[in-house]
Amino acid sequence: MKDTNMQNPKISAKNVQVYYGDNHAIKDVNVEIADKTVTAFIGPSGCGKSTFLRCLNRMNDTIDICRVTGEIKIDNEDIYDAKVDPVQLRAKVGMVFQKPNPFPKSIYDNVAYGPKIHGLARNKAELDEIVEKALRKAALWNEAKDRLNSPGTGLSGGQQQRLCIARAIATAPEVLLMDEPCSALDPIATAQVEELIDELRQSYSVVIVTHSMQQAARVSQKTAFFHLGNLVEYDDTTKIFTNPDDPRTESYISGRIG
Amino acid sequence: MSPAQLTKDTRYMLPMYVPLLATALLAVAGYYFAAKRAAASAGGDIRKLAALPSQYGLFTALSVIIPTLAALIIGLSFGGLGGALPQVLLGVAGLGFLVSIYKISPDFRARTHAETWIKVILIAASVIAILTTVGIVFSMLFETRNFFSQYNWRDFFFSTEWSPNFRGNSALGIIPLLWGTLYISLIALTFAVPVGLFAAIYLSEYASRRTRSFAKPAIEILAGIPTIVYGLFALITVGPFLRDYFAQPMGFGDSASSVMTAGLVMGIMLIPFVSSLSDDIINAVPQAMRDGSLGLGATKSETIRQVVIPAALPGIVGAILLAASRAIGETMIVVLGAGAAARMSLNPFEAMTTVTVKIVSQLTGDTDFASPETLVAFALGLTLFVITLGLNVFALYIVRKYREQYE
Repeated sequence: MKDTNMQNPKISAKNVQVYYGDNHAIKDVNVEIADKTVTAFIGPSGCGKSTFLRCLNRMNDTIDICRVTGEIKIDNEDIYDAKVDPVQLRAKVGMVFQKPNPFPKSIYDNVAYGPKIHGLARNKAELDEIVEKALRKAALWNEAKDRLNSPGTGLSGGQQQRLCIARAIATAPEVLLMDEPCSALDPIATAQVEELIDELRQSYSVVIVTHSMQQAARVSQKTAFFHLGNLVEYDDTTKIFTNPDDPRTESYISGRIG
Repeated sequence: MSPAQLTKDTRYMLPMYVPLLATALLAVAGYYFAAKRAAASAGGDIRKLAALPSQYGLFTALSVIIPTLAALIIGLSFGGLGGALPQVLLGVAGLGFLVSIYKISPDFRARTHAETWIKVILIAASVIAILTTVGIVFSMLFETRNFFSQYNWRDFFFSTEWSPNFRGNSALGIIPLLWGTLYISLIALTFAVPVGLFAAIYLSEYASRRTRSFAKPAIEILAGIPTIVYGLFALITVGPFLRDYFAQPMGFGDSASSVMTAGLVMGIMLIPFVSSLSDDIINAVPQAMRDGSLGLGATKSETIRQVVIPAALPGIVGAILLAASRAIGETMIVVLGAGAAARMSLNPFEAMTTVTVKIVSQLTGDTDFASPETLVAFALGLTLFVITLGLNVFALYIVRKYREQYE
C-alpha cells in the first residue's frame, strides 16, 4: 500500500483491529484523514467500512461484544485513552446515520438537543441563534423556519436527513461522520445532501461511508477502499477512480466485485 | 305406561351431550370423508382439484360445527325450544354434513369457502365479547334504576355518610367509599409507578442479557400471586409493621388496618403491571433513536430521559392507567389491609374502605334483592364502571394526543 502520511492529519489510525466476539472485522487498518476534506470509505457490504467509521467516535462502545485495539488519534489525542470520556468525544465528532432518525420532538428541539446537553448557549436568544445557524448550514432553514415547533418526524425523508445533519452541526463538532447518509433518500434529496456535504467541507473534516461509487467520486477528495476488513487502498479520489494501484480496487470500481 | 310412550319419553329426554358428541364425531369423520371423496372425484389426481383434499375436509368439518353451534346459541336463548333442541342440533349437523359433501367437485373452491367459515368464527368471537359488555351494563342499569326509585340519588352521590342498616333508614352516601378507593389507589400508584418504571428502564437499558433473563420473570412472578395472599401479607406483616414503627411512634393512631397498608401492598402487586408493559414499550423504541442521541454526545441517562421515555410515553401512560384500573377494582387486599369501615380522613394510618369492599359486604349474608341496602351494590358497581371507563377513555385521549406529537 502506498504511504499516505500527511502533514497535519485531523485523524490518524494506527494498527486498528476490531473484533465482534470471534469475528475479526477490521484487520490492521492504518489511515490518516485530513482536516477540511471529505474522505469517502467505499467497499462491498460487510467490508468493515461502517465498523471502522464507528470506531472514530467510539460508537462501538455501545456494543457489548465489540473490541477495538490499536491507536486512533484525533488532534494527536488518543481517543481510546482511559482518560478520554466517550461522551465528550462524541460531541466533538458528530455522526449522521444511515436512516434519518429525528427525535420525537419539534424541529427546534431536535436541533437544540445537543447544545442544551452540552450547555453551549447561555440563554434562549443564543440557543435560537445556534438553531438558526445550524439549520441554515444544513440548508433547511427556508423550509423549516415557519414550522420550528412542528414535529421533526413530519418532514420528508430528505428534510429529515438534513435535520439530522443540522442536529449534528449544532453541537459544534470538528469532525462529521456520515454512515451512508443518502441510502434512504430519493435522487433529488440525495443531490441536496451531497451539495450540503461539499459545503460542510469548508468547516469540518467529513468522513462519509457510501455504497455509491458515483457519490464518492462526486463529493470526496480522498477515498479509502475497504475489502474483507482490510484497507486495500487509500488515495486521492481521482486517482482511485482513474488509476488505482491495487487490482482489487480496480475490480470493485469497474463492478467486478461487490 | 305403554312402550310407545316410553320410547317417546326417552327420546324427548335426549341428554345434551349426545348431539354435541355426535357433532364432534361427524366433524372429524366429515374431514376425512370429504378429503377422500374430493381426491376420488378428481380420479386420484389432486392437481385437478380447485383446492387441496385437506381443505375440502376442513370445509366439511366447519360446515358441520359452525351451524350447529349457532343453532345451539339461538336455541338456548329461546329456552331450549321446548326440549326439542338436541334433535334440532342433530338435524343441523347432519344437514351441514350432507350439503357440504354434496358440494364436493373438482371445481368447488373449498379453500375460499372454508375461509368464509373462519371469518364467521372470528366475527362471532368479537360479537360475544361486545354483547357480554352490553349485557353487564344493562343488568346493572336495571338494578340501579330500582335502587334510585327507592333512594334519593342526591343522597347517594353527595352524602358523606355511609351507615347501612338492614332494618331500614340507611344512609348510603358514596363519597366516603370513593374517597377510600381513590386514596388507596393513589398511594398504590405513587409506590408502583416509579418502582415499576425504574425497574423497566434498568431491565431494558442497563441490564445484561443474563440478568434480564432471570430478573424479568422474577418480577413477573409478583403478577401471579393471588390477591388474597397479598391480603394476608398486608394483614399479618405490613399492617403491624407500619403500626409499630410508624403510626404509633408518630402519633397517627394504633390501627393495623390502614390506607397505607393496603396502598403499599397493592403497590407491590401493581409493580409487574407497570414494569412489564413499560419494558416492552421501551424495547420497542428503535435503536436508531438511542444511537442518534448517543452520537450527539448525550450520556445514557440523558438519552433515556430526553429521547427514549418521551418516545415511549403514550405506552407508559397506557400502562399506568391500566394499573390504576386494577387498583380501583381491587377488593381482597383492601378487606384485609384497610378494613371495612367507611370513613373520610386524611390520616393514611387510619382504617378506611373502598367501593368494591362495600359491594361485597352489601351482597353477602341474608339478602333480598329488593331493599335499597342490597340494590345500592349495583349503583356502586355502575359508578365504579363509569369511573374506570372514564379513565380508559382519558388514557386513549392521552395516547392519541402524544401520538400526534411524536410519530
